[in-house]
Amino acid sequence: MYRYDDFDRSFVHQRAAQFRDQLERHLAGQLGDDEFRALRLQNGWYVQRHAPMLRVAVPYGELRSKQLRALARIARQFDGRADGPYPGRGGFGHFTTRQNCQFNWIALADAADVMDVLADADMHGIQTSGNCIRNITTDCFAGVAADEVVDPRPYCEILRQWSTLHPEFAFLPRKFKIAVSGATEDRAATAWHDIGLVLRKNDAGEVGFQVRVGGGMGRTPVIGTVVREFLPWQQILVFIEAIVRVYNRYGRRDNLYKARIKILVKAEGQKFVDAVEAEFANILIDLDGSAHLLTEAERDRVAAHFTLPAGVAAIEGDADADSHASKPVAYARWLERNVHAHRLAGHRAVTLSLKRPGQPPGDASASQMELAAQLADRFSAGELRVSHDQNLVLPWVRASELPALWQAAREAGLASSNIGTLADMIACPGGDVCALANARSIPIAAAITERFDDLDELHDIGDIDLHISGCINSCGHHHSGHIGILGVDKDGQEWYQVSLGGADGSALSGPSTAGKVIGPSFAADEVADVVEAVIDTYRAERDGASERFIATVRRVGIEPFKTAANGVRRATAVHA
Amino acid sequence: MSTLRFVDGATAADFVVANDVDVEQIAPDLHRYASIALVFPKWTDGRAYSQARLLRARYRFAGEIRATGDVLADMVPLLARCGFDAVQLRGDQSREVAERALGFFPNGHYQGDLGEPLPRYRRRAEASA
Repeated sequence: MYRYDDFDRSFVHQRAAQFRDQLERHLAGQLGDDEFRALRLQNGWYVQRHAPMLRVAVPYGELRSKQLRALARIARQFDGRADGPYPGRGGFGHFTTRQNCQFNWIALADAADVMDVLADADMHGIQTSGNCIRNITTDCFAGVAADEVVDPRPYCEILRQWSTLHPEFAFLPRKFKIAVSGATEDRAATAWHDIGLVLRKNDAGEVGFQVRVGGGMGRTPVIGTVVREFLPWQQILVFIEAIVRVYNRYGRRDNLYKARIKILVKAEGQKFVDAVEAEFANILIDLDGSAHLLTEAERDRVAAHFTLPAGVAAIEGDADADSHASKPVAYARWLERNVHAHRLAGHRAVTLSLKRPGQPPGDASASQMELAAQLADRFSAGELRVSHDQNLVLPWVRASELPALWQAAREAGLASSNIGTLADMIACPGGDVCALANARSIPIAAAITERFDDLDELHDIGDIDLHISGCINSCGHHHSGHIGILGVDKDGQEWYQVSLGGADGSALSGPSTAGKVIGPSFAADEVADVVEAVIDTYRAERDGASERFIATVRRVGIEPFKTAANGVRRATAVHA
Repeated sequence: MSTLRFVDGATAADFVVANDVDVEQIAPDLHRYASIALVFPKWTDGRAYSQARLLRARYRFAGEIRATGDVLADMVPLLARCGFDAVQLRGDQSREVAERALGFFPNGHYQGDLGEPLPRYRRRAEASA
């Protein structure tokens, strides 16, 4: 993992001091709401339904146990509400699809103190919100994946440093998200990002990036356009500078819904690509323009942070430590679902599931975060990852310790054997806390979790992506779900649009694409029935037990699913 | 950090450039002006940062570049780093706050800018060479 040096450390403390100055001026009435808004957003502070929301950056999803304990401390000490209009609320963190951690119940007056707690743990909320370059995301198995071509983490760190408080790009037309993948499998949904980078090696063994621009969800789901098939790694910062400068100059600012770079790329097409290439060529002849070409020395210096953790080394000879034979069924299921191949002999990556009945997807209480930190210390060299699917991952587990980890994770309530199943759904926090949401996500997720609480059934249904967003901002990535659920507001009531056949770009899902809506919206209490009807249709239609849901949808089309879904309408039957 | 001059607008800049103007278009005429005003119609509209950067780094404009319009004290560090050397704060803004804002990052930043063109790692590499 990357280790802060004195500069990094003083930088986050200086940022916290700058924020304290802004907050104090705001609380003293010297900095108006509108002006403070854009400043606090760039430090991760939203104002939500009941309290501000803080989004803490977890750069490319990597966390130390010590940092997770700091998040637990924030949940316990600052997020809990003992009194006031919402007694007993709070006390938890919510892990997001962009690998960050959010808190919903912190008082604004405590905001600067919380930033100091974060800075003490080498953390911050810089650029987790606002119209700027956001936290860089990547594969949660980066550096450990068996199918990795190039470790993306050094490049993510270099991008993090370059984008942090970039003076020219703090006030773009809209937010700007970059994802990086370095494996055969795309676990970072790169094509759905403003910039999606895929690391490759060419025939000569040189490293470069495939560069996509203009992906995004929201009202207009768009898959990013490939603008370079192989950009030499040395040029990545300059090329991104060119993209973001063209966007800063020409992106629309007259309409919030047309301000993302995807609209510019769609409207201009090849002209956009030409403009980026011209800008790129110009930067290299600008005064000091080539200063940001990467050097081998710098790449190697950063890469040296991402070598094996102390005490971790290949272990030969226990290849069958996780064979399923003669294991208890529950353990075998956990091995099958939550344990992942590793590039290092004798090691596995293990997902700690944050999907279980009684808690919203991605949520972890203060004590659960502390338990996960303990597991990381005991089994994973003190390191964790946050996954795009809103779980935690232990990246450095010895295969021989899997039985002990399983026991310990079960006791901690973090061993639900449901990774990749319907229960492993993505969901945003929704209308319970989010001021932007049109509808609640959490009760919908809870109803589906309750409906499908049988592990046999979940395992029989197999791999499926269920994604729930409480509004068109698409934080729950409903567009890319095999089943997507979108909360909509009609006349002040909550309704839910259901789509089928979306793909995040993984091997299972196929090329990234948005799902197709299956008719008018459903009432909240119909949604679990709709999902059940859709799943029943899949089980009736599938071509053998090995055909996954998404493959069946592609083969037979959405009509049979739509018919089944319409069959369970009650409140909405008149619309059908 | 380049030095910033705080101006009150009593004397206008030689040339005012709206933030939707392509600086490429005015590049041939730059030699005629000792000072150029760039405009922030709203402080959250960041186009003028790119204009300033291009004027300095691409077109080598050496005269004054002044930030005008909806200019807040909290923007001043960004302005200085993008090549502005004069700031006309919005009427209600405090110069004291702006000057304090310039001092929050005494060790500098990660990426190069118009004041310090090299990214931090290159500065370090040169210091240790």
